Amino acid sequence: MQDEPNSAQLLAAVIRFLRDSAAPLLPPREAFDARVAANALELVQRDLALGAESAAAEHDRLVALLGRDGSLAELNAALSAHLGEGGPDAVTPAIRDHLYATTLEKLGIDQPRYSAYLRTLEENAALAKTKT
Amino acid sequence: MSDLAVAALAAALRALAPRIDPAAVEIDGLQRLSGGASQETWAFDLLYPDGGRRTLILRRMPPGERFGDRVIGPEREARAIRAAVAAGVPAPVIRYGLTANDGIGRGFIMDRIAGETLARRVLRDPAFAPARAVFAAQAGEILAQIHDIDGTGIGLRTATPAGEIANLRALYVATGQHRPVFDFALGWLDRNQPKVVAPRLVHGDFRNGNLMFGPEGIRAVLDWEVAHLGDPMEDLGWLCVNSWRFGEIDRPVGGIADRADLFAAYRRTSGRGVDAAAVHFWEVLSTLRWGLTCAEMVSWIQRGEDASVERCMIARRASETEIDLLRLILPVGDRHAG
Repeated sequence: MQDEPNSAQLLAAVIRFLRDSAAPLLPPREAFDARVAANALELVQRDLALGAESAAAEHDRLVALLGRDGSLAELNAALSAHLGEGGPDAVTPAIRDHLYATTLEKLGIDQPRYSAYLRTLEENAALAKTKT
Repeated sequence: MSDLAVAALAAALRALAPRIDPAAVEIDGLQRLSGGASQETWAFDLLYPDGGRRTLILRRMPPGERFGDRVIGPEREARAIRAAVAAGVPAPVIRYGLTANDGIGRGFIMDRIAGETLARRVLRDPAFAPARAVFAAQAGEILAQIHDIDGTGIGLRTATPAGEIANLRALYVATGQHRPVFDFALGWLDRNQPKVVAPRLVHGDFRNGNLMFGPEGIRAVLDWEVAHLGDPMEDLGWLCVNSWRFGEIDRPVGGIADRADLFAAYRRTSGRGVDAAAVHFWEVLSTLRWGLTCAEMVSWIQRGEDASVERCMIARRASETEIDLLRLILPVGDRHAG
C-alpha cells in the first residue's frame, strides 16, 4: 500500500496549483493552456474513479449481446462490424440500450457537463420515474 | 515560436508594407492571435507618415505545415473571400496575397474587423442581446447570399452526399478505432442520402467561432478554408450541430435561434426552398465529421505532430458526438430508426 497523499490527492494539488497559482501569472496563451491542463487532470481524476467500473460494465454487456468473450477492443470491433453491415434492423433494443449506456459512461469521464449528456440523464431519470 | 522567428516575420512584413499599401511606411504591434489549427493568425498595424494606422490580419500557413484534405489553401481561400465581398457578404477585404518571393510562407493579408468571436460571450453576454435577436434572420440571409455566388472560378472541389460519406468512412477506417456508434451512423447516412442537387458555393464552416459579432449582429464571416461546391443545405445542417450550441441545446441554430426562423430567412432571401430532411441529413453527417475530426487527432498525438494538452483534450471530445448522433438517429422511444 502506497503512502498518502494518494494519487487523487496529488492530482487535486496539481490542479489547484495550475488554476490558482500558475494561470494568473502566465501570459494569456500560456494561462489558457494551464487551465486546459487542469481540466485534463480533472478528466484523469474521473477516469481513476470511474474508468475500471465502466470498462467492466461495457465488457459484460458486450459479452451478453454478442454471445462470445474477448477483449474490449475485439468485442467492440465485432459490434462495429455488426452495425456497419446490418442495416437499420441491426439495432435491437438491447444494442440501443448498450450504445446509450456506453456513451453515457464515456461522457461521465470525458465531459460530464456536456449538454446532451445532462439532457439524456434527465430524460432517463424521468423515464425511470414513470415506469415505477 | 521563438522571439527570433517573430522578429524575422516582423522584418518581412516591414519590407512588404509599401506593397500592401503604397502610402504605408512601417508596421508595428505584430502579435500572434490564438485559434486556428492549420493556419496561423497574426495581427499587426500598418503605419502611415501622418501617424495614422490600419489594423490588419495575416493568415499564414508556414512552409511544411500539414493541412487536411478539405483545406483549400490560402490562395483559393483568398479568392473565395474576394468573391464573397464582391457579392455583398460581410467578410474581410483581402489586401494582399503572399507570394513565394515574400519568404514568409503561403497566406494573405486582410482587414481586421473588430468584434467578438467567442461563442460563450455572444450567447450569454447581455451586450449581445440585439445580435442574438437578429441572428436567425442574418444567418439565413448571409447563407442565401453565399449560395448565390458563382464559385466556379475559385478552383474548388464538388462534394456530393455519397462522396462525403465515402470520405468520412475512409477517415474512420484510417483511425483504426472501433466506435460502434460511428458504424451505425455511417450506415444511417448511406440509407438517408438526399438527392444530388445543382452544386452551389458552400462555406463549409459557418458557425460560432467563425463569425465576427458586434452587439448589433454579424460583422463578418471568417475562415473560408473548407469552402467547396455542393448542397447548400450542408451549411444549414452544420450550423445546427449541437457542439456549436455551447450548452444551449434547445436553440438548435448556433445555440441562439430556432430552425424555423433560419429557414424562413433563407427562403425569403434566396427565393428557394429549404429541404428540412436534407438539413437533418447534413446535421447528422456534420456531427459525425466533427466526431471523426476529434477521433483522428489521436493519430497526430501518437505521431508526435501535436501532442499539446489542448489537442489531447479535443481528441477526447469525440464522445460528445456519439451522444449527439444517438439522439439524432436512434432516439429513445424509436425502436428501429431508419
